[in-house]
Amino acid sequence: MREIESAAITEAVKNITMAAGCDLEPDILEGLLKARDRETSPLARNILELFLLNADVASREKIPVCQDTGVAVVFVELGQDVHVVGDLNDAIQKGIKEGYGEGYLRKSVCDPITRVNTGTNTPAVIHFELVPGSKIKIFMLPKGCGSENMSGLTMLPPSAGLKGMVDFVVNQAVNAGPNPCPPILVGVGMGGTFEKAAILAKKALTRSLGKASPRQDVAALEEEILDKINEMGQGVQGLGGVNTALAVHIESFPSHIASLPVAVNIQCHAHRHKEITI
Amino acid sequence: MSLLRSKTAFMEDLKEVEIPFKQGVVESLNAGDLISLSGTLFTGRDQTHRRMIDLLDQGQPLPVDLAGQLLYYVGPSPAKPGQVIGAAGPTTSYRMDTYTPRLLELGLKATMGKGSRSMPVREAMKERGAIYLAAFGGAGAYLSKCIVSAELVAFEDAGPEALFKFVVKGFPAVVINDVHGVDYYEVVKGQGK
Repeated sequence: MREIESAAITEAVKNITMAAGCDLEPDILEGLLKARDRETSPLARNILELFLLNADVASREKIPVCQDTGVAVVFVELGQDVHVVGDLNDAIQKGIKEGYGEGYLRKSVCDPITRVNTGTNTPAVIHFELVPGSKIKIFMLPKGCGSENMSGLTMLPPSAGLKGMVDFVVNQAVNAGPNPCPPILVGVGMGGTFEKAAILAKKALTRSLGKASPRQDVAALEEEILDKINEMGQGVQGLGGVNTALAVHIESFPSHIASLPVAVNIQCHAHRHKEITI
Repeated sequence: MSLLRSKTAFMEDLKEVEIPFKQGVVESLNAGDLISLSGTLFTGRDQTHRRMIDLLDQGQPLPVDLAGQLLYYVGPSPAKPGQVIGAAGPTTSYRMDTYTPRLLELGLKATMGKGSRSMPVREAMKERGAIYLAAFGGAGAYLSKCIVSAELVAFEDAGPEALFKFVVKGFPAVVINDVHGVDYYEVVKGQGK
C-alpha cells in the first residue's frame, strides 16, 4: 500500500489547472496547424492562424486561451494500492479552487436554481475510476460551455443501427453550427446505458487529438463521420471551409439488447487539457 | 510558433469602423464584411441582460444609455495586476435572443457575440436598422490585447457577468446580419453540400 498525502494532490491539481487554462497542449496545436495546412478557404486559414497566434500570446503572457475557463471536469484513475491520507475529493476541489483563484481564471460555476455564482469555480465534476497499481492519474479538462451546450444524447432503437448512430452524430455536430466555436472536437459515446454513454462521450475528449480508436471498425467510423461533418462546409467559426471538425473520437461499451444509446459531447477548438500522474 | 506564415496580413485588410457608429455607417455594412472596431462599447451576457430587462419591467432606467451603441456579449476572465482585462472573447449569442428585441427598441445599434441569432431577433434587427457581428470565438487572449481600457459600470456582484465599458482599438469582427436582412451564416451554409 502506497501512501499519498492529500496536500500533494491539491498542489498537483492546482498546478495543472493553472497550466491548462493558459497553455494549449501539443496535440491541439498540431491539430490546428494541420487544419491550417489543409484549409482551402483563405478566410478560414487566416482565422486558424489567429487561433495559433492566440495560443502563443496566451502561453507567453499567461492569459487564458479563452475567457471561458470552463467548469472543471476531472477524471481520476486511482490505483487500488494507493491510500490517500486525508479526503481525496476535498483535496481535488481545493486544488481547483486555488488554481482558478491564483491563475486568474474565470469563475463560471453557479447554482442552477438561483444562478448565484459560487465564486470559486467549484464544485468540479469528478469521475473516479479504480485501476490496478499504486499510482494516481489526474486528467483535468476545463470544459467551456458554449460547446457543452451543443451536446446531446439519444436512446435509439437497435433497428436504427449504424446508420442511425452516424446520422445522429453528424446532425448534432452540423446543427451546432457556429455556436460551439468550430473547428470542433466531437466526443461520442456509443452503447452502455443512459449515463454511461454520456460519460463515454466526455471520456472520448481525453484521448490525444486525432488518435484513432484501437478498434479498427470504430476507427473507420470515426473517419467516416469526420468526413461527413466536414463535407457540409460550415467550416471554421461557421464562416466556411473544410475544417468544421478537427477529429471525431468514439468510445463504445456493450448495451442492453433493447437499447442503443448515443451521446455526443462537443468540444471547441480551444481544447484545453492537462494530466499528471503521482 | 515559427510556423506561422503571417501575423498581420489578415488584420491589415479589415475595414476600419468607429464605434459608437457615425451616421450611415451601420447601413453601409454588409453581411460578410470583415471589420476592425475602434472606440467604446458596452458589455453584457446572461445575468446582465436579465437584470436590465428586470429594470425595464419595473420602469427603472438602465445603468447606461444603449441608444446608438454596440453591446458585446462577453464575460471576461479577471485581470491580473497590471493588465487591462483578462481574456475577453465572445460568448454564444443565442442565449441573449429572448432579451435582444427589447434592447433594440431602446435604439441599440449593434450586438456582437458568436453563433446564430433567432428569427425574431433577425426580424427585429431588420425592422430597427441594427446589425449583428461575430467576434472570433476562442481567441480571448489575442482579443484582450485589442482592449485599451475596461471600466466596471454596473452589476459588480454578478462577477464575470458585470456590465463593463471597453475602449477598443483594432478589434476584429465579421458582419453576420446586416440591415438588409442578410444572414452570413446562411450564405455560407448555402455554399456547402
